[in-house]
Amino acid sequence: MAEAKSDRLPLVREQDVVLARQAIRKAAQQIGFSIVDQTKIVTAASELARNAVVHGGGGSMEWEAVARDGRTGLRLTVADKGPGIEDTTLAMKDGWTTGSGLGMGLPGARRLVNEFKLVSKPGQGTTVTITRWK
Amino acid sequence: MERIPILRMGPFLLVTIQVDMDDRVAVQLQDDLTGMISSTHASGVLIDISALEVVDSFIGRMIGNISAMSRILDASTVLVGMRPAVAITLVELGLTIPGVMTALNVERGMAMLNALQDERNGRGKK
Repeated sequence: MAEAKSDRLPLVREQDVVLARQAIRKAAQQIGFSIVDQTKIVTAASELARNAVVHGGGGSMEWEAVARDGRTGLRLTVADKGPGIEDTTLAMKDGWTTGSGLGMGLPGARRLVNEFKLVSKPGQGTTVTITRWK
Repeated sequence: MERIPILRMGPFLLVTIQVDMDDRVAVQLQDDLTGMISSTHASGVLIDISALEVVDSFIGRMIGNISAMSRILDASTVLVGMRPAVAITLVELGLTIPGVMTALNVERGMAMLNALQDERNGRGKK
């Protein structure tokens, strides 16, 4: 079966968040994730994609199937070239927000995956990498 | 623009979300629904999300907002049909939707609204 093991999607418009959810759902299904695992990674992807569109002024999402120690997983990287995050520790706190949101996107996404890495500097954009293992 | 249809059934409004909504469609639904509660004097709103595979923090907040706005407009909101995987994910995400009544399916949700309506009518007679 010829399946795309990795791909990339631009995140510019609000509609792109929906497309990102659909793409990650498909990728998670191809890897054979359970319904609950699919839902968790898709929800995390949705939070990060929205952040990139709303706060990052647009960006992109890349994903790939990964394998380690006999386990398979799905890794997502969401990057934007927005204003960046001044205090990344603060941004990971529940309820902390610069905008009108709930401040739940980043800490919520972290709880839904196995690995989470946030790299951001003021003026240099934000990159979040998450992995969920099967 | 895409819009979620709102059906009127007696004193209640029914919304079945069948599509994966982008944020703008979700906000539009919130506006349409509050407008319709006010114009139809609906006493209850039933939101069926059985077709939704994902409820993230934005959609969750929208549902909470609809419920809060409905309450101010003297209507009750019942959320029905949440998939188990969505419920598990919402709890892990850390999202609570305070003040929203839930039921397993449309039938039970309607029974809930009818019971509230009876209570309301009973109060009126006294």
